[in-house]
Amino acid sequence: MIKANHLYKSFDGKPVLSDISIEYKPGECSLIIGASGSGKTVLLKTLVGLYKPDGGEIWYENKLLTALDSKSKKELHKEIGMLFQGSALFDFATVEENVMFPMNFFTDWSLEQKMERVNFCLKRVNLENVNKKMPSELSGGMQKRVGIARAIALNPKYLFCDEPNSGLDPSTSILIDNLIREITQEYGITTVINTHDMNSVLEIGDKVGFIYSGKLLWEGSSRDILKSECRELNDFVFASKMAKLLKSYV
Amino acid sequence: MKKSLQLIGEYYLLMRQVFQKPDKGRIFWKQYAVESQKLILDSIPIIGIISLFIGAVIVIQTANNMGNPFIPKMYVGYMARECLVLEFCSTMIALVLAGKIGSNIASEIGSMRITEQIDAMDMMGVNSANYLILPKIAASVTLSPFLMLISFFLGLIGGAAIVIFTGIITYSQYIDGLQFAFKVFYIYYSMIKMAVFGFLITSVAAFFGYYATGGSLGVGRSSTKAIVVSSVLILIFDLVLTELIL
Ligand SMILES: Nc1ncnc2c1ncn2[C@@H]1O[C@H](COP(=O)(O)OP(=O)(O)O)[C@@H](O)[C@H]1O
Ligand SMILES: [Mg+2]
Repeated sequence: MIKANHLYKSFDGKPVLSDISIEYKPGECSLIIGASGSGKTVLLKTLVGLYKPDGGEIWYENKLLTALDSKSKKELHKEIGMLFQGSALFDFATVEENVMFPMNFFTDWSLEQKMERVNFCLKRVNLENVNKKMPSELSGGMQKRVGIARAIALNPKYLFCDEPNSGLDPSTSILIDNLIREITQEYGITTVINTHDMNSVLEIGDKVGFIYSGKLLWEGSSRDILKSECRELNDFVFASKMAKLLKSYV
Repeated sequence: MKKSLQLIGEYYLLMRQVFQKPDKGRIFWKQYAVESQKLILDSIPIIGIISLFIGAVIVIQTANNMGNPFIPKMYVGYMARECLVLEFCSTMIALVLAGKIGSNIASEIGSMRITEQIDAMDMMGVNSANYLILPKIAASVTLSPFLMLISFFLGLIGGAAIVIFTGIITYSQYIDGLQFAFKVFYIYYSMIKMAVFGFLITSVAAFFGYYATGGSLGVGRSSTKAIVVSSVLILIFDLVLTELIL
């Protein structure tokens, strides 16, 4: 379980997050939605400890992230898998070396054991015969999948995904979404996903939080989202003329 | 002023992160080998060419400017040797390296920063500064003194070649000059300087890369800064070390 209370973060005096409190449960995909520039990435990076909040607390089970020394923080990070917006694959390494990277540091496995795990993870994200390719030789969707494979390499308890389907076509998006949901349920991971894609919201959102210029304006299930009274949320969800039209019929 | 103090503070904090025990010794040594190849071995050709030519030019210049017939001709060899060992093979070569490997390091680490690869490492629990930077500093500090030796040797050969080719002085005068009042200590002095410069170049470039912001333009800016700052530091430390050691 991840819990954050009253998070604040600003950059050079400009507030980006204000008074955000959340709670995420294992085995669930919790979504953070919002327009681009609303602070989703900053929230995600603050939750995992890449940014230090100006105020507030972040709890992982009974560990207070904001009070951990660098060694315990490192230990916690080993339990967190993260998929970055641009995949952030190491461009100096092949696909297989990317997935193996955390294993090299934190396991004493033999090469065969590592290879077995690498192939398992790659197969889990439906990638085969790309082991020796460089990240730059892969399509965007394949890079994301390698990113997921790398994030789950060491069986994380927590998984964070920053816009896992930005820049992907709709069918690949749904593939990635389902993959993340399956993995979350299969291994009881606490998963947090940033997105601005409404398809994902309806597809995999167990719990959805809407942030609007750094504030958490609305929280609920993906079913409630279509019935919400929050004006900013409605503007976001029913942004296109088509959607507005549909809403007027419902 | 406040800005530069802040930079020094940030640099110090980064170095504290860099100089920690690597997570896995084996990974460190593997990276050390990779960096030695990339930073040092791959620099030998350019350093070699520059040294050959400069050695030759120094000999010609010195010979042409020693019009006084009472100064023995062998002094040309002596002067060339002193020039090379005292300044050229350490300071000049370090400035060349600041351009070549400094920009390489800053842009490599900078682009890893802006594409979130460094965040990805930190999120795995890997000490990214230690993994990325320590092997570069280690390779550069331990091996660039040998670049100085190579440069010195090739500079002398360049001088010899021009002596033989033009007959500006005789070959045996040149060799006598090279051996005249030879102080091995100067070579040590120059190697020590080079090790310090090696540290400056790699750590400063890594620093600017590690904190790069603002997309690919930002990466370009940080590699320019890396070259400018490390070049100035090389000249300052040249002065300081010369005062201290000689
Ligand atoms: N490292 C940073 N320094 C300064 N400002 C930042 C930084 N990261 C994000 N911001 C600002 O915070 C706001 C939210 O950004 P972000 O979280 O990336 O939005 P998004 O919801 O699209 O992920 C933006 O206005 C951005 O300019
Ligand atoms: Mg974002």
